[in-house]
Amino acid sequence: MDTLLPIQDRGGPAQPLLLATGLRKHFPVAGGLLGRTTKVVRAVDDLTLSVAKGETLGVVGESGCGKSTVARLLIRLIKPDKGTMVLDGDPVDEPHGITVNELRRQVQMVFQDSYASLNPRLTIAETLAFAPRAHGLPAAEARERVRDLLSKVGLDPVNYATRYPHELSGGQRQRVNIARALALRPRLIILDEAVSALDKSVEAQVLNMLVDLKTELDLTYVFISHDLNVVQYLSDRVLVMYLGKIVELGPVEAIYGNPQHPYTRALLSARPSMDPRKRTHEAPIQGDPPNPIDPPSGCRFRTRCPFAEDVCARVEPPLTDAKFQAVACHMRVAGSGHSKAMAA
Amino acid sequence: MTNMLQVRDLHVTFVTPDRTVHAVNGVSFDLARGETLGILGESGSGKSVTLRSILRLHPEHRTRWSGSIKLEGDEILDMAPKALSDLRGQRVSMIFQEPATAFDPVFTIGQQIAETVRRHTGKSETDAMKRAKDLLEMVRIPSPAQRLKAYPHEMSGGMRQRAMIALALSCNPTLLLADEPTTALDATVQIQVLLLIRELQREFNLGVIFVTHDIGVAVEVSDRIGVMYAGKLVEMAPVERMVDAPQHPYSRGLLASTVHDGMRGQRLESIPGAPPDLAAVPDGCSFAPRCKFVRPDCTASIPSLREVEASHAVRCVLAA
Ligand SMILES: Nc1ncnc2c1ncn2[C@@H]1O[C@H](COP(=O)(O)OP(=O)(O)OP(=O)(O)O)[C@@H](O)[C@H]1O
Ligand SMILES: Nc1ncnc2c1ncn2[C@@H]1O[C@H](COP(=O)(O)OP(=O)(O)OP(=O)(O)O)[C@@H](O)[C@H]1O
Ligand code: SF4
Ligand code: SF4
Ligand SMILES: [Mg+2]
Ligand SMILES: [Mg+2]
Repeated sequence: MDTLLPIQDRGGPAQPLLLATGLRKHFPVAGGLLGRTTKVVRAVDDLTLSVAKGETLGVVGESGCGKSTVARLLIRLIKPDKGTMVLDGDPVDEPHGITVNELRRQVQMVFQDSYASLNPRLTIAETLAFAPRAHGLPAAEARERVRDLLSKVGLDPVNYATRYPHELSGGQRQRVNIARALALRPRLIILDEAVSALDKSVEAQVLNMLVDLKTELDLTYVFISHDLNVVQYLSDRVLVMYLGKIVELGPVEAIYGNPQHPYTRALLSARPSMDPRKRTHEAPIQGDPPNPIDPPSGCRFRTRCPFAEDVCARVEPPLTDAKFQAVACHMRVAGSGHSKAMAA
Repeated sequence: MTNMLQVRDLHVTFVTPDRTVHAVNGVSFDLARGETLGILGESGSGKSVTLRSILRLHPEHRTRWSGSIKLEGDEILDMAPKALSDLRGQRVSMIFQEPATAFDPVFTIGQQIAETVRRHTGKSETDAMKRAKDLLEMVRIPSPAQRLKAYPHEMSGGMRQRAMIALALSCNPTLLLADEPTTALDATVQIQVLLLIRELQREFNLGVIFVTHDIGVAVEVSDRIGVMYAGKLVEMAPVERMVDAPQHPYSRGLLASTVHDGMRGQRLESIPGAPPDLAAVPDGCSFAPRCKFVRPDCTASIPSLREVEASHAVRCVLAA
């Protein structure tokens, strides 16, 4: 039985905390008139990403692009069809690596829906003590930990430990969810739209708290959100997804200051203006994102891209292997055949 | 501009066996033809209840009202069923966050729009269908003739939202009520729909009340913005004024706590605590428990909405 002490770093700062390679998840769905033909939703397709120790990796993209599927793959709530994961040097779910249970101790997740993810019949203290007790922490120590967790997320233990979820506001419930994610002293927390349901004034409280906890507990975050402003505020690096694929990945300053992919640019300029004197006059792109069942051939963005050319329909653009800012667009691949690309 | 809509001291209370909710506690405002009023506020502040009151959509037996809502001189709170049905069918239209509530899944988009047109104009089936096609074209749905034959579930979210706008405009209303119509849409689709609403508003000189919790969205569409808190308007100002110089401590907190460009690394300003329970009628400023400027006269009585300058009103004892 482990003692639930904080987990020691192993590979040093240069080794990624989490490395996922070639992750793929396709969901079969019934199609056709009688639901007899099976089609697949290509929710996540050959996605490779690494999360450095101590960073916040932001993940953005429109609804259905696969953000939550990535999150669920990273903590193995679902099994990938393909791909491997390595946690601080240890392969996950492989003979000489660590088990999925060990992964889930080190990697925790917070969801958007703060109500659905708490058991209505348990008090806050019972909810928070559950996982530590299951990992063998004695009752007295578990009580101590609950007090500590509640104070960490800014809830007075005396006042809140004995309440039930319905006796809390949305912001307070989300604090409890974050406390629960911290209960096993994880190293990485995946926050999937964790502040999206909160009102702005409460969202700011929770964001401040996330920043403090990260320093205090030496955490690493994967922060998933459709709110580009919040991702910019919190992230060190940002990954932009479109229909199950990474289209761009780089430091936050580069993605927001100098976006390279036409989709990243469109997404950023679709943000409503905060200045009435600089209202938006033209939508950056038209139409809706296509269905992830049967996504477009070649570049999946081509049906909405103002720069699409023949090659975009024929060949899938690779994600450039630039360490700094990686882009998946034929305009950035020398010799791709796109008229705006450099010659090879 | 003449005022088409006047709301005066509106109170709406829901009474159920197990609880009472004072959802709207004295809301007053005017709206001119051709004007867009944005109503901004957090969850539960009474935005939707205010909006739905204009169509009297609340369950009659559980709702207690007082105050006045006049549309072009007609008192909505006193309307007889026939007048109310004309109001809903011809003078005022509403669009929502979830278009599923506007469309019946078993009929095509064309059938549903044409049926509404027929009911309100008495046009023939063929003419009504032609008008439905024109409406889809007007909301910039590609290949409108084909789309008439589509069922709601066969359309993407953005497309359905456009179709709902077409349905809302099918009876030539003068007032359009929009309750977070773009909240569920993707960023790149939301901006398209916002621009569409703005264009149609100008083209038909509509009065629009646009409810949202997103400041950026309110800024994109509104001429004036009203900020709601705990069932009251706490501040109302032209959009530039609201963004440049909000006066009420709550509006200021709301704007300051909204994350936007260039705030990276800064600590966010946040408002402590949470909005009040609406079970009791407030007897002072509802924001007092969270306000860092609170003083005795804030809770002695309800602060009045005072004009600090032309068209800019603030409900706070500090406002001068
Ligand atoms: N269990 C499942 N079965 C079938 N399809 C699924 C399943 N889970 C997800 N999908 C589909 O996979 C795609 C990606 O979904 P996912 O939830 O990862 O998107 P997302 O980026 O998180 O979207 P959102 O912003 O709406 O949360 C979607 O088309 C979704 O409908
Ligand atoms: N029919 C009803 N019966 C009882 N209470 C109601 C009813 N409709 C609304 N309420 C309550 O009235 C209050 C104001 O609700 P309203 O829907 O206007 O909020 P809102 O500002 O639109 O919030 P949101 O941003 O979450 O949509 C809430 O406390 C809500 O629970
Ligand atoms: S590869 Fe082609 S279609 Fe895709 S983003 Fe680049 S230019 Fe546009
Ligand atoms: S009236 Fe008093 S409590 Fe209310 S907002 Fe103004 S200063 Fe704050
Ligand atoms: Mg998701
Ligand atoms: Mg509402």
